[in-house]
Amino acid sequence: MVVALSHYLTVAAILFTLGIFGIFLNRKNVIVILMSVELMLLAVNINLVAFSVQLGDLVGQVFALLVLTVAAAEAAIGLAILVVYFRNRGTIAVDDINLMKG
Amino acid sequence: MIIQALAFYLFSTVLIAAAVMVISARNPVHSVLFLILAFFNAAGLFVLMGAEFLAMILVVVYVGAVAVLFLFVVMMLDIDFSALRQGFLRYAPIGGLVGIVLLVELMWMATVWAVAPGASEVGVARMPAAAQIPNTQALGLVLYTRYVYVFQAAGLVLLVAMIGAIVLTLRQREGVRRQDIARQISRPRERSVELVKMPPRAGV
Repeated sequence: MVVALSHYLTVAAILFTLGIFGIFLNRKNVIVILMSVELMLLAVNINLVAFSVQLGDLVGQVFALLVLTVAAAEAAIGLAILVVYFRNRGTIAVDDINLMKG
Repeated sequence: MIIQALAFYLFSTVLIAAAVMVISARNPVHSVLFLILAFFNAAGLFVLMGAEFLAMILVVVYVGAVAVLFLFVVMMLDIDFSALRQGFLRYAPIGGLVGIVLLVELMWMATVWAVAPGASEVGVARMPAAAQIPNTQALGLVLYTRYVYVFQAAGLVLLVAMIGAIVLTLRQREGVRRQDIARQISRPRERSVELVKMPPRAGV
């Protein structure tokens, strides 16, 4: 790896922080919250691959592949729940979700 | 050497700028498009690190499936997004505080960590030299042998996600007439054709 590992770790740290900040910033919009979660998982993947290449161990890339799978499943289920919720309530505001059987 | 450093800074700058736009864009459609840009640049970073297979998977799975799914949902649901943006900056101070604390901790950890001596010799699956075996083949040699159960579990996760999404969103609408072929072809002759005896010259 030509570029030092700490550079990649820094990029991943900034990306992860931006994901957390996005959750705080868009507290009402579930779609943007889901996108922020995707950004955080991407940061985790960058960390895994960077360490895998640095240490010469392929297991990190295997785990990055699994994280990718889980992220895709999570997006599919999350958006399906969102569609059902919107069909029932006509809104996706997070504030209203604390009502059960509403 | 210098080309790779330049490519790294280009990819990471665009990646972080796109991430900022994802969380701050006014229109969620723009957020999704910036998310796609971020994924492409992350794939560029992966190629730079020598993980070509993951880079291509990132483009195929994230850009081709996940981001398009987001775009589909954003455009399908008729949502008043301006109402959702109320109080947008109300949580910015606390969020910024949490973010800064987290960033300082992460950066601190990213700069002061050290590899234990001998750690690079005990790796479970040694990465072969890129000249001998390409990255995709090397990954497959590990994934389909040592981690085959984990691979199957990942497939199971995807299957459950697919079935769950279908079960959640499928609905039977009332009042829709559907063609039921089994009922059509199992109808007996007596119920479909009727012979009526008509007297001649009597009219109907």
